[in-house]
Amino acid sequence: MIDPSAPDFWSGLFQVLLVGTGQTLYMVGVALLITIIVGLPLGIVLVGTEPGGLFEKLFGSRRLGQVVNKVLEFVVNLGRSVPFIILMVALIPFTRLVVGTFIGPTAAIVPLAVVAIPFFARMVEIAIKEVDTGLIEAAESLGATRWQIVSKVLVPEALSPMILGLSTTVTSIINFSAMVGTVAGGGLGDVAVRYGYQRYSTIHMVAVIIVIFVIVMVLQGLATMLAKRFAHKSRPERAEPTSAALRASATAGSV
Amino acid sequence: MISVQHVSKTFRSGASVTAALQDVSLEVAEGEIFGVIGQSGAGKSTLIRAVNLLERPDSGTVTVAGDELTAMSPAELLRARRKIGMVFQHFNLLAGRTVRGNVELGLEIIGVDGDERRRRALEILDLVGLADKAGSYPAELSGGQKQRVGIARALAGKPKVLLSDEATSALDPETTRSILDLFKRINADLGLTVLLITHEMEVIKRICDSAALIENGRIVEQGRIVSLISTAGSRLAHELFPLGDAPHSAGDTVIDITFSGGSADRPVIAQLARTYGLDVSILGAAIETIGGNQAGRTRLQLPGSPSANLRPIEDLRSQGMLVEIVGE
Repeated sequence: MIDPSAPDFWSGLFQVLLVGTGQTLYMVGVALLITIIVGLPLGIVLVGTEPGGLFEKLFGSRRLGQVVNKVLEFVVNLGRSVPFIILMVALIPFTRLVVGTFIGPTAAIVPLAVVAIPFFARMVEIAIKEVDTGLIEAAESLGATRWQIVSKVLVPEALSPMILGLSTTVTSIINFSAMVGTVAGGGLGDVAVRYGYQRYSTIHMVAVIIVIFVIVMVLQGLATMLAKRFAHKSRPERAEPTSAALRASATAGSV
Repeated sequence: MISVQHVSKTFRSGASVTAALQDVSLEVAEGEIFGVIGQSGAGKSTLIRAVNLLERPDSGTVTVAGDELTAMSPAELLRARRKIGMVFQHFNLLAGRTVRGNVELGLEIIGVDGDERRRRALEILDLVGLADKAGSYPAELSGGQKQRVGIARALAGKPKVLLSDEATSALDPETTRSILDLFKRINADLGLTVLLITHEMEVIKRICDSAALIENGRIVEQGRIVSLISTAGSRLAHELFPLGDAPHSAGDTVIDITFSGGSADRPVIAQLARTYGLDVSILGAAIETIGGNQAGRTRLQLPGSPSANLRPIEDLRSQGMLVEIVGE
């Protein structure tokens, strides 16, 4: 039991929160980076190897394309369907192999990335499928290679929905990072469990919730802003001029 | 410039088999504007995509600017496509790039460096009349402006051939005319060969030197428009000058006279009335300027059965006019 009236309570709370937030941001940040590096190409290959896709005949072989597509589909579905708490425990031998330990924030990055990669790959897949096939055709008519189609057309045109997908991914990584705390992964989840639950400090619990909420809100807002920045959708007042605007341009003699 | 020989293409989707192109052959001469007209589903889209091999034919050969595309390796084909520009019905512009960025896309693909890209993009935008929109995004443009960007993008790589896939079908009539005039201008100024597909006879009438009619995946008729006009029974000529179904009473003769070139300005009706004393009535007429020449058809009603009017009809034919007896 922690006594909130103790003189060092608030500075202690602040210290604990600071460390917890730092660990959470570290886990989430690195896991996110790995997720983008692996998930983006994975999503592109998932769409591309579909029948009629850009990489339908992977390295000249239609069979290889089909096999790769089936295998990736399976892996992504598997990764997405196993509950995180089970995945986390099941991955312990793997985590130990990669990081050398399964305790602490660095070790927590492994299961976080593993769960987030298939999630983000699906987001990328959905975003890229939304790109008008006419754009691919236009690039092909200009003599673009498949790599040029991916880098100059598919990814830039799908950027806006991909950023929104990324923000959903971050939110779930943060969510899972709290769960990692239960197996001594550190971070804000660890603070909530050790102080809020085991030592009955409601103030710690509330503080953790507020910090996590603020982090999610900031990231969500940033993503929405960036997505809008890259969307270049027509603004309604430009697409259909109001009668006032029409009158104004008529008097200016520029209709 | 473009030679399509015996091209066939069949689409299979589950149990249904669609023969999109059946033994299609087409010759487009250098520097001309060639229009393929047909209804939707006739195979026009497949045909134009077969020319730059976006749609690889099952059989037959495609040759553009001396390169046999159907015999090329994938890498060679990518290079050959750079000599063929294409514009699309729905423009297919990248929403995330500015107008200039869109025009530069083709130049980036062929590896032109930054300054040169910018210079050429601005030069071409000036040619299509969009120099002031270089920094705008496609969403801020009207349909006609978007298509001008599409044309600029296709022209940036200095192609020898321009393919147009229903480029004006999504545009209103006035914008259509301005885009067609732009095609005509780049055809004349740059000596570009243009192959277009359309379902609008207006397009053929306004800019094409030659035309082909496609139906159910087959080319039914093709040729230079001036010669199609003077070909008896040409369906394209009938479509170009639609006279409709004119009702006529039994015992009369209804003839369609096609004028072109020199015969266009002769006083035919007055001549018939004077020479043969016939009461000629005009049932319909269509006059157009095609390739700078007046051409047209007139539907006349002459009293008496066709056999009684053989002499005046022969007389008209001997003057170089195409005379078709309606209902025979």
